[in-house]
Amino acid sequence: MAVLPAERDLRRVIGDADGAGDREVDGLGEQELLELYRSMVLLRTYDERSLVYHRQGRIGTYAIFWNHEAMQVGVVHALDDDDWIFPSYRESAIGLLRGMPPATVLSWWRGHPAGWWSPEDYNVASICVPIATHVPHAAGLAWGKKLKGERACAVAFFGDGATSEGSFHEGANLAAVTGAPLILLCNNNQWAISTPIEAQTHAETLADKAIGYGMPGVRVDGTDVLAVYEAAREAVARARAGEGPTFIEALSYRAAPHATADDPRAYIDLARVEEEKKRECVGRFEGYLRRAGILHDDLAQSIRTEAADAMRAGITAAEAEPPADVSLLFEHAYVDPPASFESDLEELRRIQGGESG
Amino acid sequence: MAELSIVEAVNDAFHVELERDPTVMVMGEDVGRAGGVFRATAGLREKFGPNRCFDTPLAEAGILGSAVGLCMAGWRPVCEMQYDAFSYPCLDQLITHVGRYRWRTGGKMSFPLVVRMPYGGGVRAPELHDDSPETYYVHTPGVKVAIPSTPSDAKGILAAAIRDPDPVVVLEPKLHYRTLKGEVPDGEHVVPLGKARLARKGDDVTLVAYGSMVPLCEQAADVLEDVSVEVLDIRTLKPLDEDALLASAAKTGRVVIVQEAPRVCGFAAELAAILAEKAILDLRGPVLRVTGYDVPYPYWQIEDSYMPSVERVTAAVRKLLDF
Repeated sequence: MAVLPAERDLRRVIGDADGAGDREVDGLGEQELLELYRSMVLLRTYDERSLVYHRQGRIGTYAIFWNHEAMQVGVVHALDDDDWIFPSYRESAIGLLRGMPPATVLSWWRGHPAGWWSPEDYNVASICVPIATHVPHAAGLAWGKKLKGERACAVAFFGDGATSEGSFHEGANLAAVTGAPLILLCNNNQWAISTPIEAQTHAETLADKAIGYGMPGVRVDGTDVLAVYEAAREAVARARAGEGPTFIEALSYRAAPHATADDPRAYIDLARVEEEKKRECVGRFEGYLRRAGILHDDLAQSIRTEAADAMRAGITAAEAEPPADVSLLFEHAYVDPPASFESDLEELRRIQGGESG
Repeated sequence: MAELSIVEAVNDAFHVELERDPTVMVMGEDVGRAGGVFRATAGLREKFGPNRCFDTPLAEAGILGSAVGLCMAGWRPVCEMQYDAFSYPCLDQLITHVGRYRWRTGGKMSFPLVVRMPYGGGVRAPELHDDSPETYYVHTPGVKVAIPSTPSDAKGILAAAIRDPDPVVVLEPKLHYRTLKGEVPDGEHVVPLGKARLARKGDDVTLVAYGSMVPLCEQAADVLEDVSVEVLDIRTLKPLDEDALLASAAKTGRVVIVQEAPRVCGFAAELAAILAEKAILDLRGPVLRVTGYDVPYPYWQIEDSYMPSVERVTAAVRKLLDF
């Protein structure tokens, strides 16, 4: 199958940005639209509360994903539960959309072992901290599922900076060569910490990179949850039909710091940030739902309250986790650990218990 | 029993293990159509199909990275790195993911993959076809490392690595791939990881080695006619058979460690440290090392001077006996 040049125009459904008017997405009824909204509010609440918890010293350094909720929710709602998600740190709480308790993700950011979930429980891989090295994992999983004749596909989330990495290239190429049922979801928020997109690539769009791999590349408004959903649904259908991977460039703007340890005032255009905040993704979708007569104040309030309650329960549960025992230092690295682990632990316990050596 | 070379024994192990377990798959550069540049995977694609002996794109990090995902999908991938020094791009995946992923899941998911490669010099090859990179692998938590030196062990250790629930790196001595032949058991043959092999019994001095340095130590032992030399083939660098090392040191009281890799922080240094910590009262002299030098592996016209030689090993033994 010939691969067409990557799309340049941003796909949109929510009609507030270009005056085109709202569109409807086939197959999405009122209940599904509200489900999308509930998911976005849950992620937004998670993110905003996490910033507060960080300032209160209740979680450690935290990578903010404010204004990225639309692309996370849009993609996950296009998947089935047996499809796999490979998150970067920017999607740390994406498991919430698969029923993972907020306490688990909060524990991860608290550096507590309760945060190290089993990927198989949610079909959500562990959070990838280095850049782009999980792209080959997602390609391998998707390829492996295909080889086994299973119908599951996978999605890898990564940022604009990740497309400069060798691992992205090797993973994307391998997925294309093997026809792996994979969605490469590039969150182009236009900043890699302080490096702007124009310093990251000379390509006109990131979607153009897809051509070189022989896969379709599409561009969507990454703050339009419905546009992301629609593009992801198409990519999933291609994957299930055996047509291989799709690259989706979801364009957004990082309207918050990279992480709690970052102060973007040194490099970012603050006026632009204020503009972007005015069209942030949760508010845009709320506007769409209100214009369609689906959402009203009471319902919006109850959805927000539900999310806030979940977070309160989450931080309480995370803080109630018993302290991690030092034996965990030596557990889980191997199925069959070297003999030295046992003697090292014994010695450590003796010394921590006040004995010498 | 059949008389096989090391590379034939590796190939035999693959045929047995792919037949035994339908989730085992081989992947790497030129492993399928060509059967591997050393023919270690010859015949597998024909017998088991192109998906179970898969020719990958040229991408060492992509090979190992996708192997992580294949494990998550229920496969047991065996990744070939075409040459020792070509494996360096895969160190990124090995260090950041392969060695950590099981731990990261709280022990709930396992990654039973194998990375194997021909290693070592002395073969008159171009640059970066000659390295001994074992230390990089041994130093990485969460992975096991084995280096066979005989055809029988090449088969049995690869089989053990494939069956092992943890990630295992196997380095195969390419210097002896075809020159060293030996009896290899037919059918299923497993040499457990973590067990050293006493290659030769002796009383006066122990030569400790692995891989291509084991035959060299045996030659040195032959030359040292007046000395009773013990040769200990470590076989598995991690987990290490410490008991075998300490038992031999206790018996002879003199230890020379021979390693082809550069000296600083090489595996010989680890073995020497263990002896210093646990065998000091058994030793009658210092633990000596015969190693490669701390230089880039040289042009092949002078590589023989870089490699540990019989002369350098015997000189170290004489020095220790004279201590």
